[in-house]
Amino acid sequence: MRLFSKKGKTTSDLIFDIFIFILCIFIFLIIAYPLYFIVIASVSDSTLVATGKVTLYPKGFSLFGYTEIFQDSRIWIGYRNTIIYTVVGTAVNLLLTLPAAYVLSRKEFKARRYLMFFFVFTMFFNGGLIPTYLLMKEVNLINNMWVFIIPFSVNVFNLIITRTFFESSLPKELFEAAQMDGCSHFQFFGKIALPLSKAVISVIGLYYLVGHWNDFFTGLIYIRDYSLQPLQIVLRDILLSNQVFSEGAGSGGAAGGYAQRYADQIKYGVIIVSTLPILIIYPFIQKYFDKGVMIGSVKG
Amino acid sequence: MAVANTETEKVDVKYSQVPKKKSAKIIQSFIRDYQLWLMILPAIIVIFIFNYIPMYGVQLAFREYDFTKGITGGEWVGLHYFKQFIDSYMFADLMKNTIVISLATIIFGFPAPIILAIIINQVVWKRWKKAIQTTVYLPHFISLVVMVGMINVLLSPNSGVVGHIVSSLGFDINLLASESAFVPVYVLSDIWQHAGWNSIIYLAALASVDTQLYDSAKIDGASRWQVIRYVDIPAIVPTMIILFILSMGNILNTGFEKIFLMQNPLNLPVSEVIATYVYKIGIISNQFSYSAAIGLFNTLINFIFLILMNYIAKKASNISLW
Repeated sequence: MRLFSKKGKTTSDLIFDIFIFILCIFIFLIIAYPLYFIVIASVSDSTLVATGKVTLYPKGFSLFGYTEIFQDSRIWIGYRNTIIYTVVGTAVNLLLTLPAAYVLSRKEFKARRYLMFFFVFTMFFNGGLIPTYLLMKEVNLINNMWVFIIPFSVNVFNLIITRTFFESSLPKELFEAAQMDGCSHFQFFGKIALPLSKAVISVIGLYYLVGHWNDFFTGLIYIRDYSLQPLQIVLRDILLSNQVFSEGAGSGGAAGGYAQRYADQIKYGVIIVSTLPILIIYPFIQKYFDKGVMIGSVKG
Repeated sequence: MAVANTETEKVDVKYSQVPKKKSAKIIQSFIRDYQLWLMILPAIIVIFIFNYIPMYGVQLAFREYDFTKGITGGEWVGLHYFKQFIDSYMFADLMKNTIVISLATIIFGFPAPIILAIIINQVVWKRWKKAIQTTVYLPHFISLVVMVGMINVLLSPNSGVVGHIVSSLGFDINLLASESAFVPVYVLSDIWQHAGWNSIIYLAALASVDTQLYDSAKIDGASRWQVIRYVDIPAIVPTMIILFILSMGNILNTGFEKIFLMQNPLNLPVSEVIATYVYKIGIISNQFSYSAAIGLFNTLINFIFLILMNYIAKKASNISLW
């Protein structure tokens, strides 16, 4: 087994290694099994799932849940809205965050410390829900798709991560050399800083993207019109408004009804369909995670 | 051409020692750095409008809200709404629920990523390590709506896989509807979803440990456990303290969304927290001033906790946020 390195092992170390190995398998299963179960449950016969017969592989293959989902226009409207909000929103996020982070990373920029405080203060203190809501009302962002895109387009945490990355990857000498050749800040940012920063752009791009995709709060508070609602609100209606309690008294003992079983299968399918885009992007960006978070952790 | 001019000006300012008036200096620095200002201006405007203007609007908590006069036009009522909240029959329950949920989240949720990082760090085989990391980070990206949906289908006593396991172990409990199960389900699902992701920062700290320390520990004949105890753990203590201060600063900031989504009439006595109450009073029943006062009360307590914890940590270990 290559799991354990061979040289210089005492028995107690070997036992330790085996212990760690078993622990890792256990952790792996605890995280992975629920996810795996949802996948197999979504394509299995709902009666077998409900009675606990489906455990390790799909049984009684059925795509009932998925065919129902494909016919449900609410999901597609939600999907379309969320894609628009996510794409436009992430673009605006990056457009505002990257230049601001670049500026805050320039040590020769005198106002930098005051501006940093201006941004960081908002992490610890805020006006709260109601004043924010009334402001949105005043600037006509209630029931308006731009409420997903404009108001919180600069995330201070992501701003700090990016700034710290620029600080460590763009030494002062590099800028001075470029400046000698007549390079302005605009040119330096566009032609040198950005191409050197693919790692951090990917990481904060992913953070923003996932934030938009999973955003439920904005739709709940600021949107009334159902045709503007993002996917997460639609999901809430499907997954949660049809809760176990809707079928009757709500105490646990009653046998699940026939309709409830079909509802459950649709739920498993909805979970897959709504999470799929994130899961597709995940492997591509994953390699940057360690790097991205480490950069952010250097200075809080 | 304008670019070239500002660059020469910059050199002049830097190297000529001619004293200048302060205001002239400031104006000149604006001209010199106009490109930098242009790049940061959009971010400043957005933060100012959507973060600072609501802070100004906080005075609503001390005023009678009058929709004809706007946020700042209503009659001044001082601490009236704070008194109303503290005297209300909801106050004790809200405080208790909020503190129980967030303390449980800190006590059980805080050590989880640390332990996980130490375990993952012990894995020698690179690909297996990578596979575990990829898996444990994944749930972090699941939306809260889907997460609560998963809890509902998996824990359902009639049809869920966890529900089946619990009942086959002989417990007759509906995990979704009983008051005693709410906090454990909330905290455990939170650990399940985020412990992996939160371990990244500790793994990064562990990765930066000087390998010479490991070598010398080996020469001294330290066992694997002793290496963890005397090399790994001291290496992550500073990170632990910083993150602990930050989490104490959020003591009354239980995540609104997850609790709101997990609420049902049966668990409401233990699941109603300040954040969900602010939403219901403010957005649903339009009592803006009262709701703003409760929200401000919450923010202030968090802020005090943050400063207090930071002070204690500074005294005790010389590590602090600022």
